[in-house]
Amino acid sequence: MYKYDNYDQEMVYTRVAEFRDQVERRIAGKLTEDQFKPLRLMNGLYLQLHAYMLRVAVPYGTLNSEQMRMLAHIARKYDRDYGHFTTRQNIQYNWIKLEDAPDILADLATVEMHAIQTSGNCIRNISSDQYAGAAADELVDPRPYAELLRQWSSFHPEFSFLPRKFKFAVIASDEDRAAMRLHDIGIQMVEQDGAIGARYYAGGGMGRTPMIGPLIRDFVPVADLVSYAEAILRVYNRYGRRDNKYKARIKILVHEMGAEKFIEEVEAEFAHLQGQNIDAPAAELERIKGYFEDPAFETGLSDEIDRSDPDFAVWLDQNVHTHKQPGYAIAVISLKPTGGIPGDASSAQMELMADLAERYSFDECRVTHSQNIVLPHVRKQDLHAIWQKLVEAEFASPNLDLISDIIACPGLDYCSLANARSIPVAQKIAQRFKEIDRQKELGELKLKISGCINACGHHHAGHIGILGVDRKGTENYQLLLGGSGAEDVSLAKITGPGFDEDGIVDAVEKVTDVYVAEREDGERFLDTYRRVGMDRFKEALYG
Amino acid sequence: MDNLLRFRDDEAHEEPAVTLDGFLDQSNATAVRLEDGEDARQLLPFLDRLALIEIGFSAFGDGRGYSAARILREHGFDGEIRAQGDVLIDQIAFMRRCGFDSFSPETPLDPGDAEKALARWNHVYQHAADDRQPIWNKRHGQ
Ligand code: HEM
Ligand code: SF4
Repeated sequence: MYKYDNYDQEMVYTRVAEFRDQVERRIAGKLTEDQFKPLRLMNGLYLQLHAYMLRVAVPYGTLNSEQMRMLAHIARKYDRDYGHFTTRQNIQYNWIKLEDAPDILADLATVEMHAIQTSGNCIRNISSDQYAGAAADELVDPRPYAELLRQWSSFHPEFSFLPRKFKFAVIASDEDRAAMRLHDIGIQMVEQDGAIGARYYAGGGMGRTPMIGPLIRDFVPVADLVSYAEAILRVYNRYGRRDNKYKARIKILVHEMGAEKFIEEVEAEFAHLQGQNIDAPAAELERIKGYFEDPAFETGLSDEIDRSDPDFAVWLDQNVHTHKQPGYAIAVISLKPTGGIPGDASSAQMELMADLAERYSFDECRVTHSQNIVLPHVRKQDLHAIWQKLVEAEFASPNLDLISDIIACPGLDYCSLANARSIPVAQKIAQRFKEIDRQKELGELKLKISGCINACGHHHAGHIGILGVDRKGTENYQLLLGGSGAEDVSLAKITGPGFDEDGIVDAVEKVTDVYVAEREDGERFLDTYRRVGMDRFKEALYG
Repeated sequence: MDNLLRFRDDEAHEEPAVTLDGFLDQSNATAVRLEDGEDARQLLPFLDRLALIEIGFSAFGDGRGYSAARILREHGFDGEIRAQGDVLIDQIAFMRRCGFDSFSPETPLDPGDAEKALARWNHVYQHAADDRQPIWNKRHGQ
């Protein structure tokens, strides 16, 4: 994985010193809260219901064991012994004190980590495919391109006061595991005439006006990767709406301007930027790629796995993914135990994951956008040992991509914008479907819950989505069906009137009953919904 | 103009800046002011006879002026570009990089703080309107 050189390290240390100085000026009254707010936001510090929340960047979701141990240390020393892995492959701490924040950033800097641009109206941490470098279906590893964009976007002088936050995702396979087209800019690395280039999408997003990003350019040569991004950002910075923060995302600009006109503006800006030395020298991409070369895989390993332990076989079938290298597999640790908080991990669990990564996965792990942790490169012969350690730690839920593998935002338990609680609903649904056989019977089913219209829980992209709304002062939940954040991207639709907390759990059960009754061979829930349509489900719910 | 913080060797421009509309209405002014969101490209035909372009920031969070300044520099403007209005200490390093070379903030900046802010970053990651080499060029001996 990528390693800092002296330049990268100095940039991060400088930022720590700068932020320490800003916090001192705030405490001394030289900065008002209004003036301090954008500065703390650019360092990932939000003020929430009960305390400050700190969001730490995990570039393209990749961590080594030392970094994971540091995350555990921070949870233990500065928080309440746990952290929350997010849908943008980052980690958040919910109980931070302002005066500790500079020390936390200093601790993070010792392991090449930071909270730079994890909030605020700037270019955020860039996300990617959690199976990058391991998946059998990828064209190239997308992370070197994401790293190039990370450097370009860090402390960008022109784009630090954008109309609104700005999120990139970069993938390099046809299967989209990163909800790429629901990002402000989505990039798929593709091949044309033997050369690698970037297919650019722009103007996707969730929030209160969800949009699927349209194609902006089919092929941008790698040599222009950065200047094309610069052109898009400049058009957005100049023309994006600033009169209404709910209409300030690039998706609204692309929508109001029309994709065609938007493309025209971008192409004109791109033409103007030619010859301005915006792009990195080719040697830099080569240097970065050197850090993402395959680890020293053993050859000649067996693909046989002893399945005689039935509980192990269940986990194996559900949580293990095909690796490009014979004898190896990708193993996913579910952060969705029945009754737990989706995405939360204690410091002890983080340390266990660090140990497993170090011992079995070439010192690497990944955060997924569905809030789980991946061990990307494990020998098949080690899977049983890994599983046993997870079982001992009660950390072996075999529920990847099943109905209890829920994405849920923090909701009213933490968030000052929430209408309703998300976590208890997730817990009740997981409880209702707790028999793993029943979950497996329902197959792949992506259930996503947001506590308000801001959609942090990706409910628009759920096969089943749940949205918390406020109805005459009581918490109420709308049900949505038919969304997808994958390559078959679509936005979920609301079924009709909402439900109370217990009602929504019943409603989820009813729609799964419809699926079981209606499905044809091999159909997932989503496929059946798409074939039979909303009415059949509405009948069961309200009929 | 005691709030003026200037990074140029030539004499400060005395003539008051006219509005963009006033300027385009065939004024002979040599100083013009752009408000947030006014299109810097409208000035491109006249850069030769302008000595000062003032860019207003009605609120520090409105970043359109950064693009305006960079566009002017990318088209070769070498007169003064002044940031006026809600301009804060933590922004001036970015503004310098986008081509601003004078600052006239509503609330005066502490010159010591300003010096510290501008000296803070030894390296930069990307190309902008100044002549600083991005880290990725330095790495490869450029
Ligand atoms: C608890 C504090 C949080 C607050 C106050 C908050 C606030 C917001 C707001 C206001 C938006 C809408 C922005 C817009 O549409 O312009 C948003 C979007 C989003 N947030 Fe959060 N959020 C919080 C926590 C989280 C967490 C924990 C996650 C991840 C698990 C998350 C992931 C996202 C994502 C993925 C989006 C959608 C981005 C898009 O619209 O394209 N947020 N958040
Ligand atoms: S979706 Fe709403 S309730 Fe949930 S975290 Fe985001 S802003 Fe808060």
